[in-house]
Amino acid sequence: MSQIGEGILEAIRMIVTLNPDLIKIVGLSLWVSLSAIVIATILGVLLGTWLGLKSEKKTRFINKLIFTLMGMPPVVAGLIIYLILSRQGPLGVLGLLYTPGAMIIAQVFLALPIITGLTMVGIRARGKVIEETARSLGADSRLAAWTVVKESRMAILGAVITGFGRVVAEVGAVMMVGGNIDGRTRVMTTAIVLETRKGNFELAIGLGMILLSLSFFVNSVLYTIQKGGDAHEG
Amino acid sequence: MPMKDKSPLLEMTGVSKVFQREILNIESLALQEGLIYGVIGPSGAGKSTLLRIINLLTPPTQGTYHFMGEVVQRESDRERLKFQREMALVFQKTLLFRESVWHNIAFGLKARKIPRRDVEKRVDELLAYLGMEDLAHRRGDTLSGGEAQRVAIARAVAFEPKLLLLDEPTANLDPRNVALIEDMIQGMSRDKGITVVMVTHNVFQARRVSDQVIFIDEGRIVEIGPVDRVFSPEAHRKTRAYVQGKMIY
Repeated sequence: MSQIGEGILEAIRMIVTLNPDLIKIVGLSLWVSLSAIVIATILGVLLGTWLGLKSEKKTRFINKLIFTLMGMPPVVAGLIIYLILSRQGPLGVLGLLYTPGAMIIAQVFLALPIITGLTMVGIRARGKVIEETARSLGADSRLAAWTVVKESRMAILGAVITGFGRVVAEVGAVMMVGGNIDGRTRVMTTAIVLETRKGNFELAIGLGMILLSLSFFVNSVLYTIQKGGDAHEG
Repeated sequence: MPMKDKSPLLEMTGVSKVFQREILNIESLALQEGLIYGVIGPSGAGKSTLLRIINLLTPPTQGTYHFMGEVVQRESDRERLKFQREMALVFQKTLLFRESVWHNIAFGLKARKIPRRDVEKRVDELLAYLGMEDLAHRRGDTLSGGEAQRVAIARAVAFEPKLLLLDEPTANLDPRNVALIEDMIQGMSRDKGITVVMVTHNVFQARRVSDQVIFIDEGRIVEIGPVDRVFSPEAHRKTRAYVQGKMIY
């Protein structure tokens, strides 16, 4: 018990004094996860909107595939990306394995199905009505699609936040393709695993507290924005 | 007043829609400019499908129609837009965008890439004409059902379409809002020369508001004619049965 208490106190001290090791790990984690989420959002919103506006009958197989990938274990994602980026793999020549680039790719692979799937579900609920309303007012295809995205922003935001929650907290994929190299590919989750194994609980607890705080901050932002409500059907 | 003896604004011949069963089969329909057409008929008669086909939201299974003297093309986005931008459809379940009333009304004008200054002038003028200035900065989701429907109609007429299609515009509204919307529809037709096609289940409303009444049953136009005739003993027996509430469906 005292070990946990001491660990928390030490962790607070490290956070308050901006411990360089801690800052480096948090900075890399945020860089990797935010980059991955930006890429996954651009691709996922486009794909999810397109699928959401298509009839469910026509996209049944793709829907099943996306829903399956939404629950894909991170280690499986890590294994697939590892095999693709390994020296004998199809993209081995790029030399990305054990770099932050490989970690970003793995996280995009994990977040993309979530953002695509949740965007598709959100848009399928009301997208057609929004699209037809826009078209009936003279919108071309591009403006109609943009209006659907704009009006479904709450659902899309929820999808992005869920995707971010998934990638920032996952450990298996980034461990496999990043290698947990100190100063290069060590992120919060892989560092927590390592420090716990070493018995170095202060840093592990500090990183855990930062992860939780980040999750709380992100969810608070979502809650505040969602209070703005959704489009109105009179 | 608009000319009523010119060539029709819209001419439809041999247009049908089949979806598992035949939903609509219009042998012939001609809409004259500047008139208000009330479309009545039992539920499932094909009234809303007719509006959707005219507005190019639903492709017909067979046939096409002429609008403003041209054959309506729907193959490309550009062709579709050319015709669609001359008309507007207000759905029964109104959807207002998550913006202010002012921005909702400006939507169609912005879609037509009208210069910003002109958009501002036209939206402000329309709000003043309709006596809705007090709603300008309210958000769509703070409006009552009647207010939302009035805003939806204002949004549809802001760009002064040649043809305004209304699907049950006063369904589930209280008498005061029904009266306000009926005044609005008649005013738009009278002052701006907009041709209106209004689907309604309320035969009394069709009688109050329309110049011409179209009675549709089982996807086919049974009768089209001036209000006085459609609501007279000379009307088709099916029309008489429907307006007298004797039609069993």
